[in-house]
Amino acid sequence: MTHPVYADATPLVSLAGIRKSYGAVRALDDVDVDFRAGEVHVLLGENGAGKSTLAAILAGVQQPDGGRILLDGTERRIASPRDAMDSGIGVVFQHAQLVPSLSLVDNIALGGPWWQTPQRARIAQRMREADARIGGTGRLDPFARAGALSLGERQRAQIVRALMRDSRLLVLDEPTSMLTPEAAADLVRLMRRLADDAARPLGIVFVTHRLDEALDCGDRITVLRGGRKAGELRPGADMTRDTARDTLLGMMFSGGLAQAPTIAASLPAASAAPVLEVQRLSIADADPPLRDVTLTVRAGEIVGIAGIDGNGQRELAEALAGQRPFDAGDILLCGASVRGLGVAARYKRGLRYASDDRHGEGTVSALSIGLNLLIKRIGDAPFWRGGMEKLAAVDAHARQAIEAFDIRAQGPRTLAGHLSGGNLQKVMLARELDGAARAIVFAKPTHGLDVRSAAACHARIRAAAAAGLAVVLISTDLDEIVALSQQIVVMAGGRIVARIPGGEGAHAAVGRAISRSEDLSAGGLQDRSFGEAS
Amino acid sequence: MMELMTTAFATALLAGAVTAGVPLLLAGLGEQMSQKSGVLNIGLEGMMLAGAYAAFVAALGTGDPWWGFAAGMVAGMGIAALMALLAVCLGLNQIVIGIALLLGVEGATAILHHLAFATTYPRLPPAPSWALPGLSHLPVVGPALFDRSPVVYAAVALVAVMVWIDRRTGFGLSLRAAGEHPSALDAAGGSVVRTRVAAVLAAGAGAGLGGAFMVIVGAGIFVPFMTNGAGFIAIVLAMLARGRPLMVLCGALLFGACLSATTALQVAGIDAPTDVVQMLPFAAVLLVLAIFGQGGALPAALGEAWTRGNPLGK
Repeated sequence: MTHPVYADATPLVSLAGIRKSYGAVRALDDVDVDFRAGEVHVLLGENGAGKSTLAAILAGVQQPDGGRILLDGTERRIASPRDAMDSGIGVVFQHAQLVPSLSLVDNIALGGPWWQTPQRARIAQRMREADARIGGTGRLDPFARAGALSLGERQRAQIVRALMRDSRLLVLDEPTSMLTPEAAADLVRLMRRLADDAARPLGIVFVTHRLDEALDCGDRITVLRGGRKAGELRPGADMTRDTARDTLLGMMFSGGLAQAPTIAASLPAASAAPVLEVQRLSIADADPPLRDVTLTVRAGEIVGIAGIDGNGQRELAEALAGQRPFDAGDILLCGASVRGLGVAARYKRGLRYASDDRHGEGTVSALSIGLNLLIKRIGDAPFWRGGMEKLAAVDAHARQAIEAFDIRAQGPRTLAGHLSGGNLQKVMLARELDGAARAIVFAKPTHGLDVRSAAACHARIRAAAAAGLAVVLISTDLDEIVALSQQIVVMAGGRIVARIPGGEGAHAAVGRAISRSEDLSAGGLQDRSFGEAS
Repeated sequence: MMELMTTAFATALLAGAVTAGVPLLLAGLGEQMSQKSGVLNIGLEGMMLAGAYAAFVAALGTGDPWWGFAAGMVAGMGIAALMALLAVCLGLNQIVIGIALLLGVEGATAILHHLAFATTYPRLPPAPSWALPGLSHLPVVGPALFDRSPVVYAAVALVAVMVWIDRRTGFGLSLRAAGEHPSALDAAGGSVVRTRVAAVLAAGAGAGLGGAFMVIVGAGIFVPFMTNGAGFIAIVLAMLARGRPLMVLCGALLFGACLSATTALQVAGIDAPTDVVQMLPFAAVLLVLAIFGQGGALPAALGEAWTRGNPLGK
C-alpha cells in the first residue's frame, strides 16, 4: 500500500509545533505532521481532538498561534483560502462550500476576475474532463444547481474543483461522516485512486473519527487526542489488522500522558440503597430519540456514561435535570418519582446537574459569582427576604464557596464572565454540591480544562461520591470514565448498548464497545445533508 | 369622475410618477445590490438625505446642476463608506449601524440647513432636460417621459447594466455568493469583504444620486427630512424585487405614482384631504407586501456579519 518511491521525497506540506487556542481551550498543542505526495494520510481522533482545526489551518481558514508551516520545504504562511489554493492545497470541507443557489459551473467560476464574463462552456468542458479523470461517468451535470445535489455529489464537485485548480494536496474534512456506507466506500476508493495516479500522485489528507475507515485506506495514520499528537502508525504487512486496531485504540483513548488510573477505592456495598433510578426512560422528540434507558446509581457510586458525543447523553442529562420532558419511563430519586418537577424543585430535592455548557446554560456571565451560586433558588431565604436581595447573605455564602472550592477571583461580586473555564467550573460545582445534594450528573466536566483544573475537578467528583452522593459521569474521555467509575455504560443511538464493570480491562472493553456501536450507527447518519445549506 | 381622464391629469400623473420614482429606482437598485451581497442597508434613507443636501449646496454654489449630481453621489458614498467600515470590515450589527447613520445624517443636515439657509430659503434654477427627438412631441408620454433630465434616462439604462452585472460578470457571481454563502466565496478564493464593500458603496452612490435628483429635478429646494421615507420604500422595493432589477423599475414607477398622486389630484381639481393622499404610498407598501411579500427568497446570509473562521458565519 505504501510507496517507498515517495517516502524520502520532501513532504508537500510539513507542520511543525503547530499550536492553536480558542479562548481558554487548547485546540492544538505542539503538533508535528508531514503530508507527502502519493500517500493517503489519515488524521484520526475523537470529536474535539483538533482534527478539523488542523484541516482549517491547512485551508487558510484559521491561523495557528505558533509553529511553522513548510510548503515543499520552505517556511510559509497560509494567510487565506486563496493563498492555500495558490499553494496547491485543495480542501473539501465538512459542510460543502458551494453556493446552493448557483450552478456547479458558476460555483467553480467563483473567485475569478470580477470584470470577466465566466466562460461557462469552457468550465463545463474542463469539469467533465476532470470528472472523467477520477472515473466519473458523466453523472456530474455541470449546470445543475449545487443545492439540488446530494451531499456525495457536492463532495465530488468539490474534488473536481480542486483538481481543476491543480491541487497537489487534497484535504478532506470528515467527508464520510454524513454519507451512506456505499457512498463512503466510493469516496475511499477515489482517494486511493488519486494518490496512486502514476502521472500526478496527489497527497491526500483524510480526516475521520472512524477507526475502520482509517485502517481501510490510510498509508499513514496520525492520531490526535485532546489537541495533541498521540501517535503515528503505518499499517504494513508486518502488522495484523487487529494489532493495528488495538494500537490505534490505545492512542485514541489513552494518549501519551499516563494518568494513573485510580479505581475509586471505596466500592459501595451492594446493599447500599439506590439513590437515583432511571427506569426505561424514552424521549421520542430528540435526536437521536432516547429509548429504554435504565440505570441505577447507589449512594457513593460513580456510574460513567461513555460514548461518542451526540448519542443521547445530553438528552439523558437534561431529562434528569428537569430541563427536558420525557415520554415514557420514570426517574426516581430515593424511591420517589420526580416526573413533572421543574429544575428548581429537583435542585431542592437534591438532584443536581453540572452542565457541560458552562458559558451558555451553566452560568450567567453578566451576574456575580454570588448570584450564579444561587441562580437555581432565586427568591429563597435567607438570600432574599420580602422580594429584596440580601447582599450580605449572598456575599457571605459566596465567600464560603470561594474558600471551599478554591475559586480564583477577586471577590464574591466578580462577574462570572471574567472567570477562566476552570474557575467557572468550580463555581458550578460549588452550586451543585451545595446543601442537601443526593445525586449529581456531571456532563463532560473536564472538557476544555487544563490538566491541573481537570485533576482538581476529578478530586471533587471522587469526594462527592465518598460523601455518599450518587454520581453520574457523562464523558467522551475514556480515561476519565475508567479512572473514576465503578460501573460504565456505553450509549449509542439513544440506547445503552453495553454495561461494563469498572476496573481492570474496562478500558479496552469500553473502547471496543464504542467502536462497534459506531459501525452500527454509521448507517443511521445518512441523509442529514440538507440541513447544513443555509 | 370623468374629468380624471383629462390629458392634463394623465400627463401630470405620469410625469410625477417619473419624478418621484427615479430616486426610488436609483436607491432601490443600489440597495438591491447591497442586499444581494448580504448587507441590509437600513441607512439608505440617510444616504439619500446626505446626497440631497450635498447636491443642493453644490448646485447652488456652482450654479451647475451637474456638480450637484456629482456631489450627491459622493456624499451618499461617504455615508456608505462609514456603513462599510463599521458593518462589513468591523462586523458590527448592520441594523444598528444603519439606524445610527440615518439619525446622524437627519440631524446633521437639519442643523446645517438651519445655519446656512434658514432665513433665505434659496431655490435652484430649473434643471435642464433633454428632449428626445421624435418622441418628445407625443401626447401625454412625450412631456412625461421623453423630455426629461438625462439622469432619468441614465437611471433606466442602469437597470440594464444591473442585469448585465448579474448575468455576465464575475462580480455578479461574487455578489450572490457573498449573500448566500459567504464562506463558500472565501473558500473559492474570492473576497467577501471586498465584494460587500463594493456593493454598499454602490448603494450609497445610487441613494446619493437619488437624493440629488429629488433636490435638483424634483423640489428645486432642500427641506430638512425631505426624503420622507423614500429610502425605506426603496429598501422594501429591493426586497420585493427578489433580485430582479426590472422589478425595481416597475415598483419604483408604481410607488412614484402614489407619491405624486397629491399633485395630480390637485391638477385634476379633486379636493381630497392631503393627509389621506399622503398616506397612499405607505398604504400601497403595506398592500403590496401583503400580496407579494410571502415566501420571499432573500439571500440566506442577509444581515449577518461575516468573519473568516467564525463557526457561525458558515
